[in-house]
Amino acid sequence: MLPAGAPLLEVRGLRVEFPTRRGTLVAVDGISFAIAPGEVLGVVGESGAGKSLTGMAVIGLLEPPGRIAAGEVRLEGERIDNLPYERLRRIRGRRIGAIFQDPLTSLNPLYTVGEQLIETIRTHLEMGAAEARERALGLLRDVGIPAPESRIDHYPHQFSGGMRQRVVIALALCAQPKLVIADEPTTALDVSIQAQIIQLLKRLAREHGTAVMLITHDMGVIAETADRVAVMYAGRIAEIGPVREVIHAPRHPYTVGLMGSIPKISAGAGKRHGRLTQIEGSMPRLTAIPAGCAFHPRCPKRFARCLAARPEPIPTGANLAACWLYADA
Amino acid sequence: MPEAAALVLRLTEIGRDFDVSRPWLNRVIEGAPRQLLRAVDDVSLEVRRGETLALVGESGCGKSTVARLIVGLYAPSRGRVEFDGVELSGGAGAHEVARMRRRMQMIFQDPYASLNPRWRVRDIVAEPIRVLGLARDQQEIAARVAELLRQVGLAPEDGDKYPHEFSGGQRQRISIARALSGNPEFLVCDEPTSALDVSVQAQILNLMTELQQRLGLTYLFISHNLAVVSHIADRIGVMYLGRLVEVALAEDLFARPRHPYTRMLLDAVPDLEMSGKARTPVAGEVPNPLDPPAGCAFHPRCPHANERCTRERPQAIALGATATVACHAVEEGRI
Repeated sequence: MLPAGAPLLEVRGLRVEFPTRRGTLVAVDGISFAIAPGEVLGVVGESGAGKSLTGMAVIGLLEPPGRIAAGEVRLEGERIDNLPYERLRRIRGRRIGAIFQDPLTSLNPLYTVGEQLIETIRTHLEMGAAEARERALGLLRDVGIPAPESRIDHYPHQFSGGMRQRVVIALALCAQPKLVIADEPTTALDVSIQAQIIQLLKRLAREHGTAVMLITHDMGVIAETADRVAVMYAGRIAEIGPVREVIHAPRHPYTVGLMGSIPKISAGAGKRHGRLTQIEGSMPRLTAIPAGCAFHPRCPKRFARCLAARPEPIPTGANLAACWLYADA
Repeated sequence: MPEAAALVLRLTEIGRDFDVSRPWLNRVIEGAPRQLLRAVDDVSLEVRRGETLALVGESGCGKSTVARLIVGLYAPSRGRVEFDGVELSGGAGAHEVARMRRRMQMIFQDPYASLNPRWRVRDIVAEPIRVLGLARDQQEIAARVAELLRQVGLAPEDGDKYPHEFSGGQRQRISIARALSGNPEFLVCDEPTSALDVSVQAQILNLMTELQQRLGLTYLFISHNLAVVSHIADRIGVMYLGRLVEVALAEDLFARPRHPYTRMLLDAVPDLEMSGKARTPVAGEVPNPLDPPAGCAFHPRCPHANERCTRERPQAIALGATATVACHAVEEGRI
């Protein structure tokens, strides 16, 4: 049992490297965060920021030659980043569930959804076939699939995109995991279906006390779902804090620019209400991450120190921001 | 938009069917019937010079098909497409149609798939100039390409590079330069920013607005993202299952959406302001377009549907001078 208030997942100083012929690329560079039971942590960033790799590193699914070069990952206090493959495979599925962007590639087209659910349930839990089928039906009902008794014997291609994503979520929940890692779970879906899936994830965290790591590029999804949010840039966490604080009072200049560049529907919409804030330039490639603060070449507030030294997360208000602006005090 | 602006494009009751039947042998042996998918059905629209008309809707609603019907990548199965008074779909002579088509260009969603990876950027941008014979010699072409690249925020030296040397946002700038190189006045933009990150999307949207003001362009902007559309559109058309359900000025559509589907779409947009407003998830899913519901296509998901909606298809009715809605409940004053 965990002591009260202890995090369910704790990541400390995680570093993911890809050795290549032209040198080692550092895709995730020394990031630390924790998720409490029942909490939804949003991880947001643009493509190439390292958010998906962070999720993959946590569940031990990094594609070689990618590897964890430093740091540790603890689940319920137990270190899991250095476990042998077989041990980790048992944890994955049993204690950590994963949901990926494309529901079609997460399901086997040759088996009915019932067969896939029952197989997963019986891999992780001591259950007979009939009991496992009952549980599979309950899961399908839980994730909002109408008439599960008839749907359970259907193949994935017989489901629509939104329904398929529900099946994937049911699959991730088979063994009542403590932690669910959801990587862009709503990106392939239309807005109307997106809202349904978000509701489902929120209910999950609330009712089952599941910790959720929600990885997405969509700040709107984060705003609706997450309790806290980590903003990633070039493999590092630029800012982390309660979602309200990060959205309404961003501290890191990158977060400020990111929030300003999101188009919003406001009263008196129509294009006459002016330009969007834009961050000049684009995120650096992994082969050319600038020294000091990785954001400094694009930062409107940079000063000498930003070029010289990399800022560690510094407390400012309720947030932590990796920015020298908040260093003194 | 000032009412005086001239009409550039008029779509009259256009429709497009796709034949999705099983192969001929299966039809003969299994007696399977021919099957037609109505991707676009009975859409009428007008676009005026200098405005941005956005078409929004969920995937499969037919918005991209409308874009392709306009630029001639598909031929309409029914109805008429007129550009500057000339009918493009049959009617006018081939020469006349070609002359009109030069005045419109298209920007595609995926900047990775829409640029030839074996061509240098300067050749990609110069192709329309060469094909349309817009320059007298190589020197003039080079000067024009340099000007176009500068116009979209790239350096003239970038012309020597290949597309893979650029990021997604820069590639979309190249697509825009290519579209502008034929001196078009009308641009059809099919989800031009959907493949881009938000900070890059902001750069491209700002660029498109600037270019429109500088060059007096008219845009038909296709998007599934209502927030993006709210920043760029003058007028908005909402599509559902191949039909146009509502057209209104952008400010009116967001302030007072009329059609129940538009209301649902607006409700489904994630609330970044976190006002605590409960978001109503849209119930149900888009029906199979092979077997659309009778009557109003939206009635199975509509909270205001009654018996008439299940039976009779609503026609577009005018609401004031600028808006049309196809909904029985609005017409009867029930909502």
